Amino acid sequence: MSQAREGILATIRNSLGRGRLNPNGEAELRARVAAHRRNLVPARATALSERKRVELFVAMAEEVQATVTRVCFPAAVPEAIARYLAAENLPAELVMAPDPSLDEIPWNTWPLLQIRRGRAEAEDRVSVTACHAAIAETGTLMLISGAHTPTTLNFLPETHIAVVRRDQVVATYEDGWDRLRVAAKSEALPRAVNFITGPSRTADIEQHIELGAHGPRRLHIVLVEDSQAARSEANEGHSGSAG
Amino acid sequence: MRVALFVTCLVDLFRPTVGFAAVKLLEDAGCTVGVPRRQTCCGQPAYNSGGRADAKAIALQVFDAFADCDYVVAPSGSCAGMLRVHYPELFADDSENLPRARDLAERSWELVSFLVDVCGMQAVAANWQRRITYHDACSGLRELGVKRQPRQLLGSVRGLSIEELPGAEVCCGFGGTFCVKYPEISDKMVTDKAAEIAATGADAVLAGDLGCLLNMAGKLYRQGRLIEVRHVAEVLAGMSNKIPPIGAPR
Amino acid sequence: MLATSRNFEAAAQAGLANQNLQRALGLARTGFPLRRRLAVERLPEFEALRETGRSIKDHTLRHLDFYLEMYESQVVASGGKVHWARTSEEACAAVLQICRSAGAKLVTKGKSMVAEEVGLNDVLEANDITPVETDLGEYIIQLRHEPPSHIIAPAIHLVKEQVAETFRAEHHALDPDRLLVEPRQMCDEARSVLRPRFLAADVGITGANFLVAETGSSIIVTNEGNGDLTQTLPRIHIVMTSIEKLVPTFEDAATLLRLLARSATGQEFSSYTTISTGPRRAGDLDGPEQYHVILLDNGRSAMIGTEFQDMLRCIRCSACMNHCPVYAAAGGHAYGWVYPGPMGAVLTPSLIGIEEAGHLPNASTFCGRCESVCPVKIPLPKMMRHWREREYSKKLSPPAYRSGLAAWAWVARRPALYHALAEIASRALGWAGRGRGRFRTLPLAAGWTGVRDMPAPEGRSFHSLWAHRQKGGTGR
Repeated sequence: MSQAREGILATIRNSLGRGRLNPNGEAELRARVAAHRRNLVPARATALSERKRVELFVAMAEEVQATVTRVCFPAAVPEAIARYLAAENLPAELVMAPDPSLDEIPWNTWPLLQIRRGRAEAEDRVSVTACHAAIAETGTLMLISGAHTPTTLNFLPETHIAVVRRDQVVATYEDGWDRLRVAAKSEALPRAVNFITGPSRTADIEQHIELGAHGPRRLHIVLVEDSQAARSEANEGHSGSAG
Repeated sequence: MRVALFVTCLVDLFRPTVGFAAVKLLEDAGCTVGVPRRQTCCGQPAYNSGGRADAKAIALQVFDAFADCDYVVAPSGSCAGMLRVHYPELFADDSENLPRARDLAERSWELVSFLVDVCGMQAVAANWQRRITYHDACSGLRELGVKRQPRQLLGSVRGLSIEELPGAEVCCGFGGTFCVKYPEISDKMVTDKAAEIAATGADAVLAGDLGCLLNMAGKLYRQGRLIEVRHVAEVLAGMSNKIPPIGAPR
Repeated sequence: MLATSRNFEAAAQAGLANQNLQRALGLARTGFPLRRRLAVERLPEFEALRETGRSIKDHTLRHLDFYLEMYESQVVASGGKVHWARTSEEACAAVLQICRSAGAKLVTKGKSMVAEEVGLNDVLEANDITPVETDLGEYIIQLRHEPPSHIIAPAIHLVKEQVAETFRAEHHALDPDRLLVEPRQMCDEARSVLRPRFLAADVGITGANFLVAETGSSIIVTNEGNGDLTQTLPRIHIVMTSIEKLVPTFEDAATLLRLLARSATGQEFSSYTTISTGPRRAGDLDGPEQYHVILLDNGRSAMIGTEFQDMLRCIRCSACMNHCPVYAAAGGHAYGWVYPGPMGAVLTPSLIGIEEAGHLPNASTFCGRCESVCPVKIPLPKMMRHWREREYSKKLSPPAYRSGLAAWAWVARRPALYHALAEIASRALGWAGRGRGRFRTLPLAAGWTGVRDMPAPEGRSFHSLWAHRQKGGTGR
């Protein structure tokens, strides 16, 4: 296909009335990309205090039919999930990301929850994941694929439960991506970055909005106000929670 | 301020009342009004059909006819838009005539926005006891920003109340030659417009463009709906109590 | 995809007469604009973002060769492969070759208008490979053997009874006595029917709303989750896309993403916005083993540097067609190809030729509503006018029409003659119509009077009355 490649590039250059860009021109563009400057970012979330940012995240997520439970400590998460499942009449069987960030949660204190760690399979009805960041601007979760964070957990089961730490709530998509750039400095980007805003939906039939088209019908967020990770970050002098 | 009236083909042929209403309003606003004899058409039919050469030839005539005045004012958003927005585009590659196009464009205005935004008119001394609804003709709205001005002046007409049309900004389906090139689609658009007008319960519908008005009036009459159709200028000039609406017997 | 744009007039008439279509369009005609307006009102920066979006796209197009090369090298660096395709044939051949190499028999598809453009499904089927559309709208029309009528809601032309009828006819394994009345039931049925297909697919093909040069990523913007299941479960992920989808950085993509969902459906953000970069990494528990990008040109590169370049800014949001009264009357199928509405009226002639698609840029009143809602400020009516200019100079418009306009222009350049004729016409028509004030029929004007009355002129031309007044005459 390199003939096609050369042909297309040649037509583009011809249309632009020039040949290949000269090295200076290319260097400028490379610098522009490397700088990855932010364009205009809405003030909606950026102008907020940390506490208000978290409130905005919750409000926006609920607006798109995600449900949110707020707990104070990681220790409260298993019970919160168990209660949610019972209320929704769902079995207490979970497939959970083998994500180390979920390890601080004492799952064994709620033995009625049957947990398998791994990727999702067709029969799985409920998944539990953590997240990379939570975007306040639109109540959006940012999840990344990886050895401990299989993507199928986000899409196969009918119910997806995401555990979000308060200190993961950022203002904008750009903030979330910058966190990723820092984390991915030594390795490549993850294969998939999922920005998830509410459960799956369609309006393809007469404009009626129906949830649970192919992806999860329910997206439940458990927001942990305080966590070991947050506290240790705060101790190290990074920006933390403590709102 | 010396104003030259750009009459427009449709006003000239179908409804001179609108032209005289425009003159009266402009004179009330303190302008001296002339009507250059050498004007005919703005050239939009040719322009929109892809006949740029014909459109340019007509435009050059317009430059000549309207060379000697402070302002050119048309009781039509689409003709004013042609002069103000499209003439510079038409002559973009013509270095000799582009300055003339730009000069004319700067001096060209749709009537009601001229009265409000340039003359500073805030009210009219007219009265007309009606409940009306208003159609925002597309060119005036989107090319020239005519929206608030007619409503402001209509608001000062004694006895008049305005019921906003839910689809006020949706095209009525006239579109110049469109209505004869694609008559079924045009019919659907004007049928929808007529239904929305009727649903407001208004006694009358007004607009600033005669093409739209002829289209809407024609449909309303065909449907047997008793809704008056008039150009906003005739109402503002106090002529609506004396002159029959569009399409009514004389 | 085979084009039937020549048939626009008849197809539009059929659309107007189609009661199901009119009912379906009625739902969309008010819903979309309202939802978009609410979303826009909620974001104070929206207008400024439109300008930014425009400049990002313009910048990219001015340096498209550079960014395409950067994009490709990043795709390769992340373990993927780029296949350049000048034509539909090359694009389909590339997909076929990938599928054959993998022994693929079943292909799931996320929604891709580029795949429709190149007629991919027909080619796959002709080669014993089964494509299964998974976007609910695309799935429905696949069952019905219809093309899409809208770029984000492909089945928008159908009412729910038609969907139920189709499901009953095609889902043979299900209980014929089942209840299938509400969209909820149909949605659940599609979910359960398609789930096994997702799991069994050898290859998953998605489109791409954006391509990011910086990282070699593709971005899909969906709500159903089918795109993500399509690209995650099979061994092979193929991205069918085109060269103008490129943006330089993630930050540039973020700006356009803020415009896209709001302009399309009035959502703040779609349910799923996914940035994909290459195949699964070592250690990943799921994800495709191969990642291929088919980069289609099909006439786009030739649009650069022409009066149609701005069309390449399009981010496929559908705001233009959602606000177009012509689309709302005729329906998407009338346009006869993949891309309907105002953006289709401009793009289609560029890709398949003005001879085939001539009606499309003509079927417009130039009301400008499309341009006013375009998130990247494409001057759609202006470009439709340019197409009309090309037709005019190629003499493609009907002779009677052209000579009529030429005659009008000839008279208009002779004011004395023009005024004389106008006075005669207004007197004649004014006199003929004085009794009723309007005409029910008028010779040569059947297109008008067939459906509406023609108001009669007042009886004198303005110029003659003005001249009379200037001479000291009375009246007015």
